[in-house]
Amino acid sequence: MDNKPKGLQNFQMLDAKSGGLVLQISDLAVKRGGRIALEVEMLNVHKGEVLAVVGPNGAGKSTLLLTLARLLKPERGEIWFNGQPASAESALHYRRRIGLVMQDPLLFDMSVYENVASGLKFRGVPKNEIAPRIEKWLAQLGISHLAKRRASELSGGEGQRVSLARALVLDPELLLLDEPFSALDSPTRTRLIDDLGCILPENGVTTIFITHDLAEARKLGNRLAILLDGKLMQTSTPDELDNLPLDPAVAAFLGI
Amino acid sequence: MFFIEEIFQITALSLQISGIATAISLLLGLPLGTLLALGKFPGRSLLLSLINTGMGLPPVVVGLFVAMMLWRSGPLGDLRLIYTPTAIVIAQVVIAFPVVAGLTASALQALDPRLQLQLRGLGASTPQMVWMLWREARMPLLAALMAGFGAVISEVGASMMVGGNIRFQTRVLTTAIVLETGKGQFDMAIGLSLLLLTITFLVNWALTVIQQRSLRRGQ
Repeated sequence: MDNKPKGLQNFQMLDAKSGGLVLQISDLAVKRGGRIALEVEMLNVHKGEVLAVVGPNGAGKSTLLLTLARLLKPERGEIWFNGQPASAESALHYRRRIGLVMQDPLLFDMSVYENVASGLKFRGVPKNEIAPRIEKWLAQLGISHLAKRRASELSGGEGQRVSLARALVLDPELLLLDEPFSALDSPTRTRLIDDLGCILPENGVTTIFITHDLAEARKLGNRLAILLDGKLMQTSTPDELDNLPLDPAVAAFLGI
Repeated sequence: MFFIEEIFQITALSLQISGIATAISLLLGLPLGTLLALGKFPGRSLLLSLINTGMGLPPVVVGLFVAMMLWRSGPLGDLRLIYTPTAIVIAQVVIAFPVVAGLTASALQALDPRLQLQLRGLGASTPQMVWMLWREARMPLLAALMAGFGAVISEVGASMMVGGNIRFQTRVLTTAIVLETGKGQFDMAIGLSLLLLTITFLVNWALTVIQQRSLRRGQ
């Protein structure tokens, strides 16, 4: 135990506290366009935490997210999801346990209510269960008044709230957020980050939040994972990261 | 001299033949166009080029090839289909199905490619994803249907070659117009032409109303 790096001991401490890992990755490599675009030696995500994955453009953030959503196949390595190897179940079943929100809302050409219902309908959730769940999440995200509006009539911020509701209504065991704020103007972004900063912990949503913006990552993430040039460099709490960057490149990225 | 009953019979037969041909073209063209737009398989772009070429097939050439297949001495001669309404349906499917498939493919390719990732990420199975993509592209897909119907209700070459323009059996509006013009009966030819135009307008008007209503409701 003692010879393990400090980060690892921290994982284990957190483990004991939070009672379980939602996601465990070890020795993962993903190829894109013939070359290795992403390598992750080890990454654990604890139940209920928000892990912010930060890195500059082209660092492999989206590759990581697509791999975690099983929209890309890793070259090697395994993703363990709630104690089971992810590959033990079909990609479809796996995806029905997670939620995905992308940079643009990508809403369907229907009402807000129907958009939020779409994932539940894919899963065959009975109609009488759908309505209360949607109402809960529209209220949580402050968009109850938009329920009957057409998706194409929404502003960018409203659209992203609908996209978040559409994922959160599924009660995902893991929520994947891919740069969900980067297309929003600054005041809208700040308000949405503040709201999510309450909503995610209140509901205990285990989240992986991908961003190029260090300030956003610090605001929303319980822990930060630094991704540089296709490699996961360090995973720590924000304080730990500032005090002990393990690599000069990480220190440079943090501006220390 | 045409009697009103005969004009009615010709009109009904035209609508029936072209309606069935369009429906079959939709059943074939929608899945094929979807596969070409969303699938990844060897020969995809070759097939897409063939379909796009097929969108401009001259009906009279289609008529010739279908007729050669269906002639008594042809490979499918035993089916005894030449000079029947079924033969016209077959030729019209050959004309309309590439139109429907090609326009379906381009309609789906015009959608944001990230929509597929988002749908998969929301837990959609492949059929559920395809259904949602069709729904998102419903306007251009209805346009594909209109184009397919427009191509076959107005063609004359194929209907003439494989149908033979037999009175009360395979005479349709377009072949009747050719016949009347040939006989010098211009008033009848013009009357039938106006009838054909009106029918084409009514069918497309109905489809447009459906299209625009779905756009407004967003369903």
